[in-house]
Amino acid sequence: MGQGNDLTALTLAQARDGLRAKEFTARELTQSFVDRVAASEKLNAYILQTPEHALEAAERSDARLGADDARPLEGLPLGVKDLFCTRGVRTTACSNILGDFTPPYESKVTENLWADGALMLGKLNNDEFAMGSSNETSAYGACLNPWRTDAGEALVPGGSSGGSSAAIAARLGLAATATDTGGSIRQPAALTGTVGLKPTYGRCSRWGIVAFASSLDQAGPITRTVRDSAIMLTSMAGHDARDTTSVDMVVPDYEAALTGDIRGLRIGVPKEYRIDTMPLEIEALWQQGMDWLRDAGAEIVDVSLPHTKYALPAYYIIAPAEASSNLARYDGVRYGARKMGDDIDDMYARTRGEGFGEEVQRRLLIGTYALSAGYYDAYYLKALQVRRLIAQDFENAYEHCDLLLTPTTPSAAFPLDKGQSDPLEMYLNDVFTVTVNLAGLPGISVPAGLDAKGLPLGLQLIGKAFGEEELLRAAQVLEEAAGFSAKPDDWWTSS
Amino acid sequence: MVRRIAGLARIQVDDDKLPALAKELSAILGFVEQLSEVDTENVKPYTSPVEMQIKARADAVTDGGYPEDILANAPEKDDGYFAVPKVVE
Repeated sequence: MGQGNDLTALTLAQARDGLRAKEFTARELTQSFVDRVAASEKLNAYILQTPEHALEAAERSDARLGADDARPLEGLPLGVKDLFCTRGVRTTACSNILGDFTPPYESKVTENLWADGALMLGKLNNDEFAMGSSNETSAYGACLNPWRTDAGEALVPGGSSGGSSAAIAARLGLAATATDTGGSIRQPAALTGTVGLKPTYGRCSRWGIVAFASSLDQAGPITRTVRDSAIMLTSMAGHDARDTTSVDMVVPDYEAALTGDIRGLRIGVPKEYRIDTMPLEIEALWQQGMDWLRDAGAEIVDVSLPHTKYALPAYYIIAPAEASSNLARYDGVRYGARKMGDDIDDMYARTRGEGFGEEVQRRLLIGTYALSAGYYDAYYLKALQVRRLIAQDFENAYEHCDLLLTPTTPSAAFPLDKGQSDPLEMYLNDVFTVTVNLAGLPGISVPAGLDAKGLPLGLQLIGKAFGEEELLRAAQVLEEAAGFSAKPDDWWTSS
Repeated sequence: MVRRIAGLARIQVDDDKLPALAKELSAILGFVEQLSEVDTENVKPYTSPVEMQIKARADAVTDGGYPEDILANAPEKDDGYFAVPKVVE
């Protein structure tokens, strides 16, 4: 079947509308995705496929669709990042330390999606405990980007939500859940030509999501369009008494916010994001983005975020410190893969020494050091003070503008093994995204163009806290102006 | 130093890995050293992006009663308990 009449070529919104118009059944739609996912092992986007799950749920959805009793996401097949606990389905955060952990409970975000009628195709690859920017730290091995250079060179899909971004770019699901601690939704979206939305901190419940850095983690969707992102967020968001930082605010219908009208909106362009090492084509794309938004009636304003350069250093104290506390629970006692030792202390040390991968160990050691007696004030407290200054930068900027426009990443997708020699180089991937997590703001990456090698590049819009409606509205205008229609070919399929 | 931190973090690190790890950690700490340039005099530490009073729930038992679920993923269990190597001799 060509892409023309292939159901996997539909967007989430198109599939939803097609199901309701009875152009095809949920069973047919799901089978198309199940078949495509089954042939995608070369990409390693799915680390666990759940076709029975999906097809059984599709039957139930067809019954509801037949009775005109469809819920918002009725019969729509999704992929789930392996950081989300799924009842009865193995969840490992792509770490050996969790072994074959099978949660007896469901994360709030996925529970919301299933309650709205969506169904699960399987669990998606990610960097171990979401620590990475290339999906190469996964215990299940690297995930490949469906985009390659013309010479056929294999590239990373970004990270940590690399399975989610690769799956959506390769049409292995209508949408995917993802999480973003320093850029883990937006960076992989930019590297795969997809849309990645990190909502405001507190918009989605973190309950049942494997914790990395609790004051920074936030769940969001990766989709092919901004409209799909709005539809997904409407279902994912909401208050949850089990996450005391989730906010008790009405969830708007985000799709209804997509009016296409951004006349009079003030778009800030932060001068500190113009870094020396930025490739010219990204600089040019950024300028193009400003022109697109101006042509749509927005006003472009120069703003300053003076503490930007300190965001990554602050992040590399705060995130590891929180991780060292959060990951203390993996001790081989109650769940996961235990490694026996001479006594209980030895058991802890072996379990953690063998169970955690190198990057996770590095971060746990940094975090432990930053929190240890004598260093706490110099590192951790200092980083928290700088974090406040970074958040204040945004507050000051928002006195002059409504949204910010920046590139999402400093480069397009890069080859595998690139960051292995130097962990710091890998950290620089998050230079434009990490500020948003530190300030708890929403941000979205929209595919905006191709570089000289034919690889996708993204532009990022940053909103005010709980300003997702305005953010999505502007993102859709940007998406439409960019008219990004390039697609990777199916070099990876096996039949 | 690395050995001490690894001990605090309860992570066993092989001796032959220590030198490389020390180098990597020094590089990361060197990178974060930039923070000392920032004047943070009288700046209150930022502890949560959510500027709100966290809701308190009723002080009541709201969960529990399913020990099989709790023990389902245990590496070792014994008579309804998690089992570990002897802690007290």
